[in-house]
Amino acid sequence: MLKITNLHASIDGKEILKGLNLEVKAGEIHAIMGPNGAGKSTLASVLAGREEYEITEGSVDFDGTDLLEMATEDRAREGLFLAFQYPVEIPGVSNVNFLRTALNEIREYRGESSISAKDFMALVKEKSAIVELDAKLASRSVNEGFSGGEKKRNEIFQMAMLDPKLAILDETDSGLDIDALRIVANGVNTLKSDKNATIVITHYQRLLDYIVPDFVHVLYDGRIVKSGPKELALELEEKGYDWIKAEFAH
Amino acid sequence: MSYTENDLAKDLENSEYKFGFTTDIESDRAPLGLNEDIIRFISAKKEEPEWLLDYRLKCFKIWSEMTEPSWAHISYPKPNFQGISYYAAPKQTKKYESWDDVDPEMKETMAKLGISLEEQQRLTGVAVDFVMDSVSVATSFKAKLQELGIIFCSFSDAVQEHPELVKQYMGSVVPATDNFYAALNSAVFTDGSFCYIPKGVRCPMELSTYFRINEANTGQFERTLVIADEGSYVSYLEGCTAPQRDENQLHAAVVELIALKDAEIKYSTVQNWYPGDKNGLGGIFNFVTKRGICETNAKISWTQVETGSAVTWKYPSCILKGDNSVGEFYSVAVTNNYQQADTGTKMIHLGKNTKSTIISKGISAGKSHNSYRGLVQIHKNAHNARNFSQCDSLLMTDECGAHTFPYIECKNPSAKIEHEATTSKIGEDQIFYCLQRGISEEKAISLIVNGYCKEVLNQLPMEFAVEAQKLLTISLEGSVG
Repeated sequence: MLKITNLHASIDGKEILKGLNLEVKAGEIHAIMGPNGAGKSTLASVLAGREEYEITEGSVDFDGTDLLEMATEDRAREGLFLAFQYPVEIPGVSNVNFLRTALNEIREYRGESSISAKDFMALVKEKSAIVELDAKLASRSVNEGFSGGEKKRNEIFQMAMLDPKLAILDETDSGLDIDALRIVANGVNTLKSDKNATIVITHYQRLLDYIVPDFVHVLYDGRIVKSGPKELALELEEKGYDWIKAEFAH
Repeated sequence: MSYTENDLAKDLENSEYKFGFTTDIESDRAPLGLNEDIIRFISAKKEEPEWLLDYRLKCFKIWSEMTEPSWAHISYPKPNFQGISYYAAPKQTKKYESWDDVDPEMKETMAKLGISLEEQQRLTGVAVDFVMDSVSVATSFKAKLQELGIIFCSFSDAVQEHPELVKQYMGSVVPATDNFYAALNSAVFTDGSFCYIPKGVRCPMELSTYFRINEANTGQFERTLVIADEGSYVSYLEGCTAPQRDENQLHAAVVELIALKDAEIKYSTVQNWYPGDKNGLGGIFNFVTKRGICETNAKISWTQVETGSAVTWKYPSCILKGDNSVGEFYSVAVTNNYQQADTGTKMIHLGKNTKSTIISKGISAGKSHNSYRGLVQIHKNAHNARNFSQCDSLLMTDECGAHTFPYIECKNPSAKIEHEATTSKIGEDQIFYCLQRGISEEKAISLIVNGYCKEVLNQLPMEFAVEAQKLLTISLEGSVG
């Protein structure tokens, strides 16, 4: 589904990703871990199409198309979803209006007709239940006045509504208490199928108790330096990142 | 073959025939310039009573001794007041008995204004008094309103049919001496709308007037007078559009609202006159005086969405004369390219327990300048007066400007006045968030801007709110920088 080859990306002239390789197949969950400043969030931003980053080398194939050539909105329409680490607030725009606009833009891109108000509301009801999101939050302004946990649940709710092929969760566990973490993880697990894939970017092993990855990758200094089964996460939790740093420092 | 005088005469004759004109109609456009004779010409054309001509002449004298105000944060070439024709009637002056009689071409023009009159009539039951180049051409739902004793007609008709009301209230809220443009309007106004709601009557439909500036080089001097008698209610909509013009057109309207005891007037405006092109060429100059007076327990609410005009100078205000009266001002002003807007409100608290609310949302794009100018004045007898003001500015680019000039004058220590102001730049993070959800940049801006203006748009009647949202989007197309 996703094949990243020798990806180099920089911001303001500073190289952050330095030849990153990663392959994700449908039905898989990949966890990307690594110390602060390793480039985890940069990877998420580059894949989603944030303009500040300059791609200097490498390629990203997304289901047979060149992802890097696509506009940000088209990547989303092709089924790439990013759950933001810091979801932004959009005052005065209701969550439902925002999502209906998004859903209809995606449908239009795929040559489908707009969703009816009735079907849409039914979908909202069904999907908000997955993350136990209060129906009231659906009608409030996007993320405005939401608690940290509500914002993250709202991200997963949006993911459920838009039903992406590839979801990237950027530090979705940060700032969550244990209950919210469980709810968010449950949501992600419920949405998992053999047709979609998930990349979980996280700092801590904790989330991976709930979202069990097929592969764990260690991102350090702009490259994936170690990959392994889910047990690698436990090893990292136990030993920290220093041994990785020691091994790969140059 | 040479073109002879005879041929010319024949051509003129033919064309007159073709358009069904009489020779008199040709002179339905006043010669350029302004003097007492022109005023007499306008008054005669409109077959006005003597008292109105006298009023006009008095106002002209006042205007002649005034100078154009220069305190606003706008700069523009001063209009040449002697280079304007002060009266133009449309080519067809016939009054229509029913909607079916209206010229199809005119209907088409109205359709181009965004919402067709027919659609409005069918969908919403809005009664529309359509003003095209100074003369009313269509009035609908008149009969239904008549049953309730509501008068909704052109200003000219009101002068003929209800002179006592016009005489009593015209100039009572905005006297000719108020300002340069009000004085000019009082001298040369051509037409406008008049509305009277009798005691205790709740007007069952939104009353609406569409203005459109049509003929090149014609100043528009509209006059609107809305009187809500004791205990009555009316919601009045005013929307404006104009086709593209290269030369600046002057518009100086006067709107007066009178809310008697326990009455309520809701006055909504969507204004999208031609703002000039991308280089700042052309566009409408809009110098408007709008003011209402509230008697005891009365309420006046102004809502405006301003996206058009090259220059806007406009301060819909409330005089809160009666005890417990309420004034509200909700405004969205958008400026793009080289547009300039200096707009806001005045809340004059005279009575006890008077309350006012000001919500102003300015959006600046391109190289435009957008100023909020507001005055909250609490007089010494206005015990327990309350005001809340919120002035927000949203910047779309690095080259535009947003300015806030709030004035507060308080002479009563029991007053409570709150003022909040924010300035923000449209967030790249917000746009990226929308893009990542599959929403195009244009739609994203539209969503964000409409969300930002929601408090104001919510004040508009439904069908107007939809039009206003579209307008905001159109006005800001491709404006993020």
